Amino acid sequence: MKVFEKTKMLTDAHMHYCPGCTHGIVHRLVAESIEELGLQEKCIGIAPVGCAVFAYDYFNCDMQEAAHGRAPAVATGIKRCHPDSTVFVYQGDGDLASIGMAETVHAAARGENITIIFINNSIYGMTGGQMAPTTLIGQKATTCQSGRDPKVNGYPIRVCELLATLDAPYYIERVSTHDVKHVLAAKKAIKKALKFQSEGRGYTFIEVLVSCPTNWHMRPVEALRFMGEECTKTFPLGVYRDKSEGKE
Amino acid sequence: MAKITIDEKVCKGCGLCADACPKKVISLSEHRMNQSGYFVAEAVNPQNCIGCTFCAIMCPDCAITVEK
Amino acid sequence: MSKILLHGTEAICEGAIRNGCRAFFGYPITPQNEVPEYMSVKMPQIGGTFVQAESEVAAINMVYGAAGSGVRAMTSSSSPGVSLKQEGISYIACARIPCVVVNIMRAGPGLGGILPAQGDYFQATKGGGHGDYHLIVLAPCSVQEACDLTYRAFDLSDRYRVPAMILADGMIGQLMEPVELPPMRSLSEIPEKPWATSGHYGKDRRVLNSLIIKPEELEPHVNELQRTYDEIYANERLAAEYKTEDAEIVLTAYGTVARIVKSAVNELRKQGIKAGCIRPITLYPFPDNVFARCAEREETKAFLSVELSLGQMVEDVRLAVNGKKPVYFYGRTGGNVPDESEIVRAAKDALEKAVKA
Repeated sequence: MKVFEKTKMLTDAHMHYCPGCTHGIVHRLVAESIEELGLQEKCIGIAPVGCAVFAYDYFNCDMQEAAHGRAPAVATGIKRCHPDSTVFVYQGDGDLASIGMAETVHAAARGENITIIFINNSIYGMTGGQMAPTTLIGQKATTCQSGRDPKVNGYPIRVCELLATLDAPYYIERVSTHDVKHVLAAKKAIKKALKFQSEGRGYTFIEVLVSCPTNWHMRPVEALRFMGEECTKTFPLGVYRDKSEGKE
Repeated sequence: MAKITIDEKVCKGCGLCADACPKKVISLSEHRMNQSGYFVAEAVNPQNCIGCTFCAIMCPDCAITVEK
Repeated sequence: MSKILLHGTEAICEGAIRNGCRAFFGYPITPQNEVPEYMSVKMPQIGGTFVQAESEVAAINMVYGAAGSGVRAMTSSSSPGVSLKQEGISYIACARIPCVVVNIMRAGPGLGGILPAQGDYFQATKGGGHGDYHLIVLAPCSVQEACDLTYRAFDLSDRYRVPAMILADGMIGQLMEPVELPPMRSLSEIPEKPWATSGHYGKDRRVLNSLIIKPEELEPHVNELQRTYDEIYANERLAAEYKTEDAEIVLTAYGTVARIVKSAVNELRKQGIKAGCIRPITLYPFPDNVFARCAEREETKAFLSVELSLGQMVEDVRLAVNGKKPVYFYGRTGGNVPDESEIVRAAKDALEKAVKA
């Protein structure tokens, strides 16, 4: 008996991500969650600009490819016109927390009934490793080659904490993909968010820490360790809002 | 008996599966390359597999199917 | 049918609503605030969607989402805000999503002024954002036309899968005139959109995208867009002519300026000068056929383009006239509108120069 096989919510296309990049894991978690909740028949996904730009080739449902940072606005347009559909947004840190911060904050403040999957790998991957709004202090990038210096580059942005200052969001959680245990926890959070959306509860936001072995200049396994040991210090995992549990 | 099947066409040889396996079932090949030029993951100790799915959970490319 | 007195902005909204617009996304900017205000009241009453976006950038991307999911959607702004929308419009054009964008033009460049202008002609008719694309651009000159052209814009945009723009000046926004409203169209009459991403799974799934990374795929895609523009050019050019049949001096203007030009034509005729006027209604496609026909006539001595700009449409007039007759220009900017006597004087000067030459 098969105890693990690829979900039908992903297409047969081979993913283009670099070896060991955990974007692919998150794609699978989102896709499996949609399938397990039975939401696949009326589901629209929004792909970002960045490493996940080709996500429209991978999710086996209707997809719109948005301009850089605008995915929450695109999702708002779709969801308001099709309130019975499931709308998920998949964005990286440059897309969501830099160029698209206005769209991010306002979709959250309006309490749009959508699910945002925020991939935080603390780097601009697609463009070749530039500093991101989430680059760690001291972490090297091609535009801060001696490491991020707060005096010059400022500090990383903690998006979950920031959005948790707003009244509207229903569920906000930060999870990670650095080992099996955390991937399982990430799946649980993503599924919960999509379930809340299907129940019409409102805005749900899952930040997922992801590795970038290529631009961190690490071997894939080493990158997982770095994520678990370093990234989680700047970006503590946990639930930042869960109105179903009375956590405001 | 538990068994894993690795889709070698999709495998990128990242080794996350081997790292996650508690029974050292998987190892990256030192000789065999797929069409994309990656040294693929192989089940070198298939008899040890317990079907825990950890390898599949960590595989970023959905390359692994697990049977039990 | 009886007429009712409407504001230009209300007429635009009614034209949209009556032809199935059920989603509006806007952001405040003078002089078009009455559009989002009106829509914020009307949309919920008819089961539509209204969102006041956080910016013009967000508003056009909400249109991308909503229109991409198959709903007739519109946004409205004024010049600086329309500049902000250009990125989104370029994506919409590439992804072939039909929608309507209203630009109630104000004086620029920069933050400029809030009074009427026509300085966005180039931006509207030549693409506006990055890449090879066009919008269908319609220019109303009355409140009735503001309603009718907005109504028509939705059909044109859907038919060709090309975004449409209503390019009006601030005067249209502020005018009140009697309007005969078209009947409310039932949503069931609007043709199905077999490409819309409203939620499909597996082999039926649909993708709207403007990333076409392989050169061997992008070139055919933009060629296909161009074929559509060629088809629009062949089918949809539209202009209103006034007393051009024997005119020595053919004036041309679009939008509310054309109304002043029309009275200048009457005044010139009163003074014994055979004047006429061409008023382009579609700015893209430009009605070059009407100009070319006039240029062929022996009676026609010269053309004069009158604009609230430093000379933008005049370039298309010159292309259409193609050197057959001299083309002159008279324009005002900064929110100033020429009066009849200025235009009469400019027309006489133009005619004199043409005869001397």
